[in-house]
Amino acid sequence: MTGMPGGDVTTTMSEGPKRRPAATGEMLLEARHVVKRFGDNVANDDVSLRLAPGEIHALLGENGAGKSTLVKILYGALQPNAGEIVWKGAPVVIESPAAARKLGIGMVFQHFSLFDALTVAENIALASPKGVSMAELSASIERVSAEYGLPLKADDRVADLPVGIRQRVEIVRCLLQSPDLIIMDEPTSVLTPQEADQLFITLRRLASEGCAILYISHRLEEVRELCDRATVMRRGRIVAETDPATETVASLARLMVGTEIAEVHRSLSDRGPPRLALVGLTLPSNDAFGVSLHDVDLEVCAGEIIAIAGVAGNGQGELFDAISGEKPAATDGAVIIDGHPVGYTGVNGRRRLGAAFVPEERLGHGAVPGMPLSDNVVLTRHSTKDGLVARGLMRFARASEIVGLITDRFDVRKGVADPEARALSGGNLQKFVVGREVDRVPGVLVVSQPTWGVDAGAAAVIRQSLIDLARAGSAVLVISQDLDEIFEIADRIAVISRGYLSAAEPAAAMTRERIGLLMAGGAEKRGEG
Amino acid sequence: MLEAIILTVITAATPLLLAATGELVAERSGVLNLGVEGMMVMGAVGGFAGAITTGSPLFGMAVGMLAGAATSLVFAFVTLTLVANQVASGLALTMFGLGLSGLIGESYVGQPGIKLPSLSIPGLTDLPFVGPILFGQDAMVYFSFVLVAAVSWFLFRSRAGLVLRAIGDNHGSAHALGYSVIGVRYLAVIFGGACAGLGGAYLSVAYTPLWVENMTAGRGWVALALVVFASWLPWRAALGAYLFGAVTVLQFHAQALGIGLPSQYLAMLPYLATVVVLVAISGNRRKTRFNTPACLGVPFVPDR
Repeated sequence: MTGMPGGDVTTTMSEGPKRRPAATGEMLLEARHVVKRFGDNVANDDVSLRLAPGEIHALLGENGAGKSTLVKILYGALQPNAGEIVWKGAPVVIESPAAARKLGIGMVFQHFSLFDALTVAENIALASPKGVSMAELSASIERVSAEYGLPLKADDRVADLPVGIRQRVEIVRCLLQSPDLIIMDEPTSVLTPQEADQLFITLRRLASEGCAILYISHRLEEVRELCDRATVMRRGRIVAETDPATETVASLARLMVGTEIAEVHRSLSDRGPPRLALVGLTLPSNDAFGVSLHDVDLEVCAGEIIAIAGVAGNGQGELFDAISGEKPAATDGAVIIDGHPVGYTGVNGRRRLGAAFVPEERLGHGAVPGMPLSDNVVLTRHSTKDGLVARGLMRFARASEIVGLITDRFDVRKGVADPEARALSGGNLQKFVVGREVDRVPGVLVVSQPTWGVDAGAAAVIRQSLIDLARAGSAVLVISQDLDEIFEIADRIAVISRGYLSAAEPAAAMTRERIGLLMAGGAEKRGEG
Repeated sequence: MLEAIILTVITAATPLLLAATGELVAERSGVLNLGVEGMMVMGAVGGFAGAITTGSPLFGMAVGMLAGAATSLVFAFVTLTLVANQVASGLALTMFGLGLSGLIGESYVGQPGIKLPSLSIPGLTDLPFVGPILFGQDAMVYFSFVLVAAVSWFLFRSRAGLVLRAIGDNHGSAHALGYSVIGVRYLAVIFGGACAGLGGAYLSVAYTPLWVENMTAGRGWVALALVVFASWLPWRAALGAYLFGAVTVLQFHAQALGIGLPSQYLAMLPYLATVVVLVAISGNRRKTRFNTPACLGVPFVPDR
């Protein structure tokens, strides 16, 4: 970096924003009648939003309701087809994210925004104005981050940091630009409950300093706790503006979905013999940025659902690969399905024993994007006793029949009878991918993120199907980052942290606080001791 | 004897170093250009033509550089603007370059070229042993080291270099931050083409001042391999180029001395030695991952 005089980054935080503050009573930002179309699809239909300085404003809505389109317009990543944006009383055109940052709008993304191979300071330098030396920047990063209770080391490589700390990098990157508005997209989805509490303290402090926060979240409980106002979107339109404190979680959910959501019905579990067992499963990572599994023990019994909680990137992917057979275990006895040691057995061999697997990434891992649904049925079920292959030839009629069964039972909405997997929306594809495996009535089902990005109605269908499957005598293992979901369906809960898995404890005896402590590494002592 | 060997090592390593350094910058930005061989050979024919037409070997080098850059521009347009597959386009570029250079160079075959003069500083160049090695090289040898130092400084010290590395690591985020992914990649690819052209021109103007069809003889591929084995670090690429040059020259001498090994085995040695050494020094997988551009070869299409 060429050292130019200045160093405004070091001074702005302590002296407060240099930009003209919004006048008293003036709205900080107003979006007026914003319309955004993608082809025939109207993502934002006459959307208006008002943000006052210093308020924490929730933006609620299901997936596909148009929240991210609106946010991208406010952050300059998309241009509206109609409507205007008014910033501090003056109409503006936000041409690019850089223009948004210049105005004083910062954004903390849900994912994919940091550069893994670069250091914290380098990441922040990329979003900072030119002409600040690396040394000055590093100093102000460490000072500002400590001041706001989110301490960072400037020289750390992002790839080495846990997800919660990476989010701090994003937040501090935002703070260094002394913004008047911070947009946060699902910030707590990667945090432990304790980390989330710390974040709320920081956000309240920012709000008290006059910075407005537009807060996008699916977690209605925390919206009620944190936010001053809430705007609810549904199918591209604003359907309500309300004070979340006066609402209940159920009433907020009703506003988002537009109808009542079927309540997941859970009967008591009647635990049978173990059907899936992991015995001292240890798996060194062969990826330099990956997580190794350490001595994982777990028994999933007939009739029960065990959920594995954990913050993203703590070995969930590696654990799934080890159970599904995508990565062989070190010993044959490390993975046992219905009494058969399968540590060396591949995915199809494990399926033949009655196991089924639904990976986290539905498009590309769970389904081949360019193939029709019927072919995707054959891909995971060709080796099991589904009659899909006869004498080495595929039986298309049978595959189509199964597609029909899944469609009916899980309400998969599609334009044609047998579309390509990529033509389905995320939620519908997830229903299909889960339905494909549940339809087999597997003895052991392992599901990663069963309702990731799925709307509330579909999520209820999927969760109910998992419970029904377990109650019919299967063993179900769910890997999820959604604590609400876990408490809704799990009989026992284990927590994964840095490749260590805690003992599974009855869900009734578990609290969010205890899970939070285990997420922060409470289980590791057991592994090391 | 030793002095002669070292002198030939330097001239054998220089074209590899030039081409590898250019490709390294392109790959750091996330573009895998497999057409180095084609760009080099275009540089070779351009350099030869430029030198004998004007009588100035330095002008020849400049023409070779432009020829390489122009060839790379074809690749940049096809892969960055039209978002074609980089691997297929790179292979096509190599074949295109080999064919076109043969056509252009047909009338030059057999003509004597003009050699790039070597430095001569009275007193210093005449020193025994170190004189000719340190002070008696041609301008491009010195330039190649300046280039490596400049590229290394650019990548790891300058803001523009940071942007380039960021684009190679995560083009989506770089775009979201408002950087021009396609623009930076165009510049990086053209820089890579210019360096490959210089490397090719060095062959036909300094190494062996004449034009033969296909005269790069696979050096473009070696340069490509060096970039990977050097784990995208400029000084390691220099080490690899010199190592490769050294073992190439040594195996010629070994053949001349009549060592009882089939010459084919000896001809394999440079490749083997370079791979073994560079794999050994890039043993730190974590560090290698930091230096590997995560978006290498991945086409970038911005949102609407």
